[in-house]
Amino acid sequence: MIDKRLINKRKVYNKITAYGITALSLTAVFMVLMIFVFLFKESSLFITSDLVKTEMRELGITLYDLLGSEYQSVAYPPKIGLQPLITSTIRVTFVAILVATPLSFLAAIYVSVFAPRWIKELIKPVIELLAGIPTVVLGFFALMVLATWIQTITGSIYRLNALVGGVALSFTIIPIMFTLMEDAISSVPVPMKEASLALGATPWQTAVKVLVPAAKSGVVAAFLLGASRAFGETMIALMATGNAALNTFNIMLPARTMAANIGQEMAEVAFGDFHYATLFLIGFILFIVTFIFNAIANLYVGHLVSKSLGKV
Amino acid sequence: MTNGFLKNLFKRPVDSTMVILTFLATLIIVAILTVILTTITISGAPHLSWDFIIKAPEEGMTEGGIFPAIVGTTMLVITMSILGLPIGLITAVFLHEYAGEKSRLANIVRFAVNNLAGVPAIVYGIFGLSFFVFFVGAQIDNAFYSGSLKWGKPALIWASCTMALLTLPVVIVSVEEALRTVTQDEREAAYALGATHWEVVYKVVIPRAFSGILTGGILAVSRGAGEVAPVLFTGAAYFLPELPSSFADQFMEMGYHIFVMSTQSHDVDATKPIQFATTLVLLLLTFSLNFVAVLMRRRIRISRR
Amino acid sequence: MQNNNNNNNDIKIRVKDMNFYYGKVNALKNLNLDFKSKFVTAIIGPSGCGKSTFLRTLNRMHELYPDQRVEGEALLDGRNIFEMDAMELRSRIGMVFQRPNPFSKSIFENVAFGPRIRGERNHSRLSEIVEDSLRKAGLWDEVKDKIKESAYALSGGQQQRLCIARALAVHPDVLLFDEPTSALDPIATAKIEELIVQLKKIVTVIIVTHNMQQAARISDNTVFMMLGEIIETGPTDKIFTAPKEKLTEDYITGRFG
Repeated sequence: MIDKRLINKRKVYNKITAYGITALSLTAVFMVLMIFVFLFKESSLFITSDLVKTEMRELGITLYDLLGSEYQSVAYPPKIGLQPLITSTIRVTFVAILVATPLSFLAAIYVSVFAPRWIKELIKPVIELLAGIPTVVLGFFALMVLATWIQTITGSIYRLNALVGGVALSFTIIPIMFTLMEDAISSVPVPMKEASLALGATPWQTAVKVLVPAAKSGVVAAFLLGASRAFGETMIALMATGNAALNTFNIMLPARTMAANIGQEMAEVAFGDFHYATLFLIGFILFIVTFIFNAIANLYVGHLVSKSLGKV
Repeated sequence: MTNGFLKNLFKRPVDSTMVILTFLATLIIVAILTVILTTITISGAPHLSWDFIIKAPEEGMTEGGIFPAIVGTTMLVITMSILGLPIGLITAVFLHEYAGEKSRLANIVRFAVNNLAGVPAIVYGIFGLSFFVFFVGAQIDNAFYSGSLKWGKPALIWASCTMALLTLPVVIVSVEEALRTVTQDEREAAYALGATHWEVVYKVVIPRAFSGILTGGILAVSRGAGEVAPVLFTGAAYFLPELPSSFADQFMEMGYHIFVMSTQSHDVDATKPIQFATTLVLLLLTFSLNFVAVLMRRRIRISRR
Repeated sequence: MQNNNNNNNDIKIRVKDMNFYYGKVNALKNLNLDFKSKFVTAIIGPSGCGKSTFLRTLNRMHELYPDQRVEGEALLDGRNIFEMDAMELRSRIGMVFQRPNPFSKSIFENVAFGPRIRGERNHSRLSEIVEDSLRKAGLWDEVKDKIKESAYALSGGQQQRLCIARALAVHPDVLLFDEPTSALDPIATAKIEELIVQLKKIVTVIIVTHNMQQAARISDNTVFMMLGEIIETGPTDKIFTAPKEKLTEDYITGRFG
């Protein structure tokens, strides 16, 4: 059964498909480059666009105003100081991390060290369900229900503030942190754990002195990944933080994170004007900061971000 | 767990405290999930009805159903899948079946995918606006429609492209996992029968990895239906009198609908039942998709022949 | 069982000065041997002696792995295997592997795989080929009623016979067997041994086995290898009753495994 012509045809096809597959796989690379290029392009409108420069001159604002402490883009003249957005983002992220990290860490220890098998099997679907809740649903829950409860507890006059937003935000980063931390601790070789127990150490001692130190890089990476996620999250911040760009570190006051600000204002800007450029600049900063967080996390555990996608 | 393990669990006060503390932490997490699900179900279920699904909104969103939003979401995820699944599949096949261990190209692609996975959803949103809407769309308008505004504005196609990009890493990771379950034995058997590299991939490996590929697709759809930030400015709209009739049209979308209705509707109290019901529907949708995908993934992991 | 009553005493495959390298390691050293047409030749030797490595060079499976390299010649009916087109070679020399590895397709599609990629589309011709191959592999009666069912539903022994049928479907001249029964139970093993003896009427068989008794049972010629070198070759009955080399004798009598 040897047909020379057919064999050659198959070989040619083989080569073509190999090239085609390689070429198409470069789409991912191309798109990452495009994201960087376009974000940079729009952010640099401040420098490159005459329209923007004219606008700014007419309104009497300069690039230095970006460093200002007031953000009121609808005012006249507009105030585009980014400080309030930055402090808001820090506030909300801080609350989210403060809530999520201990919960995730302690729960990870419980599940990987103390828990009997049936609890381990139960927790998996719970975490997967939690991870599967869309952030808009969490934002909705925070806005409708959580805010009221927190207000009752704290007696604050503001129903929506950085605290509410941060707590709701923690719900979405708990699955990430928990899963990766639990994975890291469980991946410590069993012989190490058994050796410690055989020496008479209690499970808790084993966890603290042997397992966690051995799982250090995984735990740190999980933390960084969760923080990065919290930093860039939009919908929850948009719906539950009160949307006021206040330049303060007080978590009981409303906030407007960088991501939420983009979400709030982008729909109403004209293409290419200075407001558009400002929002893109904020987006570019978000991109760079999360990139750095992820890069550092990757130093601890290679390809961590992709791995985290595969587990949850 | 050995006898010694259980004995030592509560040996000293410190141990007992920590066991209880860590258990409480776990319990709190479970409680969080339960509370969220219960409140939404309790407030949303009463308003669910068949009408709710198949009718359009009426009376300024205080009555009627969310049919257009369901249609819009469906069209979004279908278009997104048509665009993104093939590229994700091909990229995963490239990484696993074509590129060598030390291939620099493969490392670059992996690096890119890893980065795409870490980009915040809102950044995808503004990228979609700047690149797809204002660049690609505008270029198409200039080239084929002599400058009139047909494609250079928010549209279903651009929202789908943006969402396809966002879910690309999800697809790639899932497919790669599926490809890993195909044994070298099966590949060698195909080569020994005289198959070319492509034939081995196309006729043996990919069919064998089919359920994993499907899982990836389902997970991507679940993400696509739930994420709102990417469609905020690339195509979603709050109230449209008609269903989208072309890819250049805007569309209603469930997540977006919840967002706008709960933050900007005129009469928050009157629309509250609808808000909860819509949220419940979205939740049910993403949960059932995830459930199916996770089940399939478990079966794949167990059935490694 | 040895049967030297062949109508074709030509040399089917002649190996000349073959060397094989894993990276820098010279794993097969200066191999020279012949395989007679329509004979069953067994290759035996202790673990790691290179017999599987050698077998896999004959249908160039080593080319799938970049750090594996062959020097020297192997002539199939006078033509150099390493200069032929690989796909044409694999139409002439087929392989059955250690663990049964059917595709995740139906029994029919498994056997039809080879003919299909060679361009056969006609369904009735494909059915003919499939039935013919399954008969030759002694599997037809057992599967004829479930030929569209998944190959995974078969037992281990049946799957291996399916793999044999699959290899036969492209009408090769030579069939390479790489420890084909090591993963099977004794009954399935016996069936396959019977089958191999039958098959030599239509193909030249080269079988690698770590089971000496198996080699003694089914082969006409035997090759004994050790540490990448050929120690001795010859008719099976001679090798097992009156080996020329001391090493051969030591191995046969079980002084080392």
